[in-house]
Amino acid sequence: MEKYLSGIFTITTINQLTSDVYEMTIKGEATKYITNPGQFINIKINDSKEPYLRRPMSIARYFDDKIVFIFRVVGEGTKILSKKKVGEKLDCLVGLGNGFTPVGNGKALLIGGGLGTPPMYELGLQLKQMGVEVTTVLGFGTSDQLFYEDKFKELGPVFVATMDGSYGYKGTVIDVIKQENVEFDNYYACGPEPMLMALAKTYRQNGQLSYEARMGCGFGACMGCSCETLTGDKRICVEGPILRSDEVIIDG
Amino acid sequence: MANLRVKLPGLDMKNPVIPASGTFGFGYGFARFYDINILGSIMIKATTLEPRFGNPLPRIAEGPSGMLNAIGLQNPGIDVVLNESLEQLRPLYKDKVIANVAGSSLEEYVEVARRMSEHDMIGALEINISCPNVKAGGIQFGTDATMAATLTKAIKEVSKVPVYIKLSPNVTDIVEIAKAVEAAGADGITMINTLIGMRFDLKTGKPIIANKTGGYSGPAILPVALNLVYKVTKAVKIPVIGMGGISCGKDVIEMMIAGASAVAVGSQNLVDPFACMTIIEELNELLDQMGVSDINDIVGLSHQY
Repeated sequence: MEKYLSGIFTITTINQLTSDVYEMTIKGEATKYITNPGQFINIKINDSKEPYLRRPMSIARYFDDKIVFIFRVVGEGTKILSKKKVGEKLDCLVGLGNGFTPVGNGKALLIGGGLGTPPMYELGLQLKQMGVEVTTVLGFGTSDQLFYEDKFKELGPVFVATMDGSYGYKGTVIDVIKQENVEFDNYYACGPEPMLMALAKTYRQNGQLSYEARMGCGFGACMGCSCETLTGDKRICVEGPILRSDEVIIDG
Repeated sequence: MANLRVKLPGLDMKNPVIPASGTFGFGYGFARFYDINILGSIMIKATTLEPRFGNPLPRIAEGPSGMLNAIGLQNPGIDVVLNESLEQLRPLYKDKVIANVAGSSLEEYVEVARRMSEHDMIGALEINISCPNVKAGGIQFGTDATMAATLTKAIKEVSKVPVYIKLSPNVTDIVEIAKAVEAAGADGITMINTLIGMRFDLKTGKPIIANKTGGYSGPAILPVALNLVYKVTKAVKIPVIGMGGISCGKDVIEMMIAGASAVAVGSQNLVDPFACMTIIEELNELLDQMGVSDINDIVGLSHQY
């Protein structure tokens, strides 16, 4: 019996992108449950009860039966994942969350902060296919954390900011947007919460922001990732991870 | 195929497997994964009089074979639960469900219990006197035998359906509290709620959970739950629905051997949305292998020891 939103995937490629960031491709029919860029998958790292919870991952690219995702080794779960071999199986819940709604007209600005960069790539490809002009701003801590710059260059102009100035512009993604007078009608962003908050404050309208949270389940059952918005309480895993910039509650 | 039917006060269940409160929402969300009519019953999300947003994030952390949560009883309040949440569940689930009742004061518990018990889909109440994640009420009633008995009596006076009390393991003597609620008229006991725990960030020393403490659940706590269910079922006559760390069919059998008349599956629903379905399938196979023709025959099998 086929299990809805769920499938067993086979690892087909593993590439190390930086000292602690990996790109993994997995193959499986359940890819069909993905409807929008910016949705996520939730991976059972092992068959055993350790680690217990699944690990949610954003999707960098998806094809008919393949998903590419990128992760950083931050703890035991991702460490085990990084040591998996091609051919090993992964139990995944697929097509979770609302995802981005690509707007088919005007100029688009993609903003990726650190490990928030991956989902912007699939979104950018889809926007480009819709004939939308795409500009990308990427923010990383240091130059050695940078990845995917070349891929985004295929979509349009790319500006990179690093906090220490070791590559590209020194400063935040917003510093770059302002310095370069980047023009856009709609923007899409994924990255650390302070970055998303700064964007929502600076550009209140026409933004779609992808949030991250510690999740128990990833499909709306545990209420572990609830957040308050101007349009009501939302679960990051179901009514998110994408929130509209004008519904985010601005702190302070 | 062995008989899986289990009869408890207010609950005539086709099998003893119930998703635990707080891990299954109001049930309808899981109907996209499988036909939830296969479930013995459903313990719906804890409900209070007014809507509650719950605790700040992070609310979730992990531990060895388990998880820590501090949701803080987020729920839409009883009006929405009665008029909307249960109506969404109605077309998807035919049997009686169990309402988990929470509150900050005796008056709130009694009012929520009274109104819940009048709803035609509710077969029994589960009184949550054991939530470790809220400041007022909750566990205060569950850690004091006198308060637990007073609350049980007050709810029994207004409830139209049988009343189960959900006990906390975070007490010195759970048997004392079990006996107190039995004497106060409880029709059954559900146990155990989560064990209070913490995790810290190594760099900053800050608790990972914003509420600082959370409730620990998952396979790691199964042996703790088995011990407490064993002790309580030896000491009381009312039935016990056993929970705490159940993740497979074998765990269900073990919990019933310990003395539980039925079981609830909690955290495992979050890791595997199909968990209850798989567990019910496993139960059938396991009982056949064991040569058991009626699951009720194994309840309290351990009590001879």
